[in-house]
Amino acid sequence: MTKTIRIRNQSFQFSDLYDLMAKANEPKSGDRLAGFSAETELERMAAKTLLAETPLSELYENPAVPYERDEVSRVVYDSLDLDQYRTMQNWTVAELRGYLLSEPNDDGEIQRRALGLTPEMAAAAAKIMSNMDLLCAAKKIRIVSTCRTTLGRPGVLACRLQPNHPADRVEGIRASILEGLSYGAGDALIGVNPVDDRPASVARVMDAIYETAHETLNVPTQTCVLAHIATQMECMRGGAKADVLFQSIAGTQKGNESFGVDVAVLREGFEFMRDYEYSAGPNRMYFETGQGSELSAGAHEGIDQVTLEARCYGLARCFKPFMVNSVVGFIGPEYLYDAKQITRAGLEDHFMGKLMGLPMGLDVCYTNHSQSDQNDLENLAALLTAAGVNFFMGVPLGDDVMLNYQTTSYHDIASLRELFDLSATPEFTQWMQSQGLLDGNRLTRKAGDATCLLK
Amino acid sequence: MNDATDFENVLRRFGAASSPEHPESLDAMMKQTSARIGAGRSGPRPVIGEWLRFRVDHAAARDAIYKPVELEGGFPPEWVCIETQAANREEYLLRPDLGRRVSDKGVKCLLESGLHGCDVLLLIGDGLSAFAIEQNIADVLPSLTLALQVHQLTPSPPIFIQYARVGVMDHIGEMLRPKTVVYLIGERPGLRTAASMSAYTCYQPNLNTVESDRDVISNIHADGLPPVEAGAVIADLIDEYMRHQCSGVKLKQQKRAAV
Repeated sequence: MTKTIRIRNQSFQFSDLYDLMAKANEPKSGDRLAGFSAETELERMAAKTLLAETPLSELYENPAVPYERDEVSRVVYDSLDLDQYRTMQNWTVAELRGYLLSEPNDDGEIQRRALGLTPEMAAAAAKIMSNMDLLCAAKKIRIVSTCRTTLGRPGVLACRLQPNHPADRVEGIRASILEGLSYGAGDALIGVNPVDDRPASVARVMDAIYETAHETLNVPTQTCVLAHIATQMECMRGGAKADVLFQSIAGTQKGNESFGVDVAVLREGFEFMRDYEYSAGPNRMYFETGQGSELSAGAHEGIDQVTLEARCYGLARCFKPFMVNSVVGFIGPEYLYDAKQITRAGLEDHFMGKLMGLPMGLDVCYTNHSQSDQNDLENLAALLTAAGVNFFMGVPLGDDVMLNYQTTSYHDIASLRELFDLSATPEFTQWMQSQGLLDGNRLTRKAGDATCLLK
Repeated sequence: MNDATDFENVLRRFGAASSPEHPESLDAMMKQTSARIGAGRSGPRPVIGEWLRFRVDHAAARDAIYKPVELEGGFPPEWVCIETQAANREEYLLRPDLGRRVSDKGVKCLLESGLHGCDVLLLIGDGLSAFAIEQNIADVLPSLTLALQVHQLTPSPPIFIQYARVGVMDHIGEMLRPKTVVYLIGERPGLRTAASMSAYTCYQPNLNTVESDRDVISNIHADGLPPVEAGAVIADLIDEYMRHQCSGVKLKQQKRAAV
């Protein structure tokens, strides 16, 4: 299945569809590390050109990892809307891009038809799109999700408050929560990454944040502790409370094994939450993803990181999640070298996730050994807000003292809302007004002062 | 123009970051976490002092990664200095595989070093923080030597490796066949400290060594595990390796079986 093209008197040959898919990517250090990125800029353009005229049917017939060998492929194909697929099977990737950019989508037609697209098709489209293409297409795809509150409506930019503490000390976690709430952070979720993953400790943190949010302050939001899915269920069976169930996922079966999960445990979690009395639903799951995690676990199956990331979304959509975010930039410079690569990946992930029907947020972040800084992070956050992203993280001054990386701050959430004329969810806005933190949609003098929320 | 102004003094001159309704409560909250709460705001943006402090911490972390290790008075003559196969800092960051292999020149140097078959082979790697090595090594080395003496052990002269990843200890172990290795390496710098060092230790490391064969003592720096105390912790572990002839998870299993 060799594909060949001549450009400017040079001939370029690609051994198969996924050689083409890999080389069509914008530069990523992870693809280079894996040994399959384009060698020259012309080779990259050769691959993009050939990919543009590839029919969707060829992608349908060739999932990145064979159906027989990989349960992520099986979940995707078993849940695909074949009637929708048949309306598009003769399209090329170029025609898919043209459709996504031209269709006004006032009635949500893109979301309906996308149920017939495989993740590999979403990835292929992203590979032939520019950054501005990715912004324009994603902006039109509005994905609304509801648990206790509703995310994704027009005019709303939500925030997951991430009040992590290096020793899981609940008083410290609570201090970060109060300050975040006073800036308007935390309308999507109050979600803690625990240091100690043992059930007793996880349950203690779960109870503390649930009580702070729902019993002490009556904040219209969700709470969750981001331990392993089985640990969370064990805690909740033991009486601890949370609104959503979290898990990190990968785009291959082997990648999920490296996270200690499989489709069976995700199904178990999904069904557990459906029957769990404290979660309002109908959307009750929360997933995190990120380009490069499969390669770093030696589970990439010879496939590029953009395609694998799209497959995470293909898996996630079967569980009707309340929130999904890529943690773009956390993985380090071996996979996303600098701000340019992190920015590109963030825009790709948001677009692909929305096209796969997911309520996409982004953890826009960087580690100290990547070529990126807070200015770069602020740039990407502004771009994603323009593209209609559902939510960001909120951390005190953007410095996560437990995960040791930098992400968006409480200040950034307030700034982006002001810049783009957006608000927190209506329920949360009302709550802020009732606490005297907002006057209309403007922060009052009290905002930013955690001590006004002390009960 | 010679009066250097102290950074903290400048920040104090900017005044308090915020004026909370209950200042004593904010103080109490800030004592509960190292998170940067109480940062105040200028409109929706942070106040300048806290912002500068944040950027200073990040700048130190960045410098720690890019700076080569420089010791006062240079590297002692008894140190064996080698490089990995990474050609420069950028390649080091991009290619973890190259940072796990000693360069051809380094291999020749090691084979001629006379350090074959030691009881305790001492490695020092720059890793991701030059500051970690520069600020801690002078305190760790004497405390480690003294503590090993208690167990009738002597460390080898240090082998210093530039552009080093943790896994390079396996390549060196394969060549020099020591009984045990102590490997001091700069950690990825955080905003809280850019000078944190780890000590990786292993019994007979070689190219078949897996992650779980190693032990790590991390967070060695002035505000973590003080470097003068780290030597004793490392030496006790090495003594156990010598007695049980294994390390890592295997050592834990053996000790559990013995109880």
